[in-house]
Amino acid sequence: MIMRKYFYAVLILLALMIFNTAGVFAEEAPPAPAVLENAPVPVAPAPAAPAPPKIDTGDTAWVLTSTALVLLMTAPGLAIFYGGMVRKKNILGTVMQSFIILAIISIQWVLWGYSLAFGPDRGGIIGSLDWIGLSGVGLDPNPDYAGTIPHQAFMIFQMMFAVITPALITGAFAERMKFSTFIVFTILWATVIYDPLCHWVWAVGGWLRNLGALDFAGGTVVHISSGVSALATAIVIGKRRGYSMESMAPHNLPLTVIGASLLWFGWFGFNAGSAVSSGALATSAFVVTNTATAAAALAWPLMEWIIKGKPTVLGAASGAVAGLVAITPASGFVGPVSAIIIGAVAGILCWFAVTTIKSAFGYDDSLDAFGVHGVGGTWGAIATGLFASKAVNSAGNDGLFFGNPSLVVTQLIAVAVTWVFAFVVTFIILKVLDAIMGLRVSDEDEVLGLDLTQHGESGYNL
Amino acid sequence: MKKIEAIIKPFKLDEVKDELNKVGVQGITVSEVKGFGRQKGHTELYRGAEYVVDFLPKVKMEIIVQDDIAEKVVQTIINAARTGRIGDGKIFVCSVEDVIRIRTGERGKDAI
Repeated sequence: MIMRKYFYAVLILLALMIFNTAGVFAEEAPPAPAVLENAPVPVAPAPAAPAPPKIDTGDTAWVLTSTALVLLMTAPGLAIFYGGMVRKKNILGTVMQSFIILAIISIQWVLWGYSLAFGPDRGGIIGSLDWIGLSGVGLDPNPDYAGTIPHQAFMIFQMMFAVITPALITGAFAERMKFSTFIVFTILWATVIYDPLCHWVWAVGGWLRNLGALDFAGGTVVHISSGVSALATAIVIGKRRGYSMESMAPHNLPLTVIGASLLWFGWFGFNAGSAVSSGALATSAFVVTNTATAAAALAWPLMEWIIKGKPTVLGAASGAVAGLVAITPASGFVGPVSAIIIGAVAGILCWFAVTTIKSAFGYDDSLDAFGVHGVGGTWGAIATGLFASKAVNSAGNDGLFFGNPSLVVTQLIAVAVTWVFAFVVTFIILKVLDAIMGLRVSDEDEVLGLDLTQHGESGYNL
Repeated sequence: MKKIEAIIKPFKLDEVKDELNKVGVQGITVSEVKGFGRQKGHTELYRGAEYVVDFLPKVKMEIIVQDDIAEKVVQTIINAARTGRIGDGKIFVCSVEDVIRIRTGERGKDAI
């Protein structure tokens, strides 16, 4: 019975897609050529029309390269960063979540996601459906977003951000989420939370953007949204069976370190690519990204060394990711010394969140999606309000330490709005899905592992 | 004939093997094992979550020798494997009724 219900749902979805696509094709019919039959013969040469924006090949090359780099962050980067941290019976289930999100959101973004996020503004809240199926999103530049690269290059660069954001949440419900429910959750979350939030912060007309909130590469849009949603998820879905009773030690830390390294590598596309040009700003973002990450990768294990006696490899890898998260919103607005402070504080804060806050409250955020992305993202957004400087980016603003206290207030508003919006809406989505489909696998399946019960495979057949 | 079974610290394996070669031992069987004795286990820490690991990795050596060199072999193992710290391991000695070389069917001391 249940299978049949899914089958119908898929059919309806397919029908909708085909219907929409047909509409798109109709709209794409070439406009009637502006022939000269009605035009009066010009006596004098007409004043030159404004030159169409010119595509810069260097910028385009960098943005397309960055797009591929950001793809690498999700799969294999995040997939194996998380995959190494679970028990070995769940590695495929964990890797699959990131991998399949890459496929799902790629389609969602083309069909309606990009239009909702960046399409023509509707009241500062959401993009219209004018660009559904990428209708009107062509190869000429869109000067609203990036005047020197094809519009589709900007679109696909943004797609990779939409991909990695829900993938980050998977760390919170690792080792116990039902695969079918997970897919529906991902599509709903991307559509109802990511696309609007992305519109508020980045789209022309978005209300947080108009407020003056700065988010260079996704501190609020990507990291706070996913991190806080992860917290809501961990609370709603509940702890793993045997949590804090039996060993849930990571089964393959070398895999996790490779994953963290790939995240570090790909993040140059994430942050430096967010300049959507290949000049000075991209370079500055590149430099501070690496600097903050290094500081955090030192700070986290240093705290462990001081407090617990040994610097762990997992701590170094986690610290690096915390630094990457924190510098993300600030990366286009701060200088290298600020980056060291932002990174070091991120390493210490996230270490504290993961080792102390989590156990104090007792939620099972399995792979610390909230502890790293929620906490690190929040710090990064606030730090942007502290350390931003117009000397680095004249299109940005000055922060508190550069004589402008008002930016911190704006950043705090953006942080609070993102927290509340992401938490409440995620909570509602999960409650509804729990009632309709169930969030968790059965107890028996959880003990056997997701690899076998959700996918019918084993990760290791050695 | 005696069977000498020694549980030792893994990093001592090469040293013990070299010393046993010198006293004329012709064959050793080695396996990687886990267990605990007085040394007990250790704790591992992952992002603040502490796990107690009860069983520690050790190496088990099995050696069959003639009665006359058994005591010498035992002494050799003790000398080579001892660090003086807890967890150095144990040696068990027991009698062996017969030994058979599968290829030739030889039995007893000829088969060692």
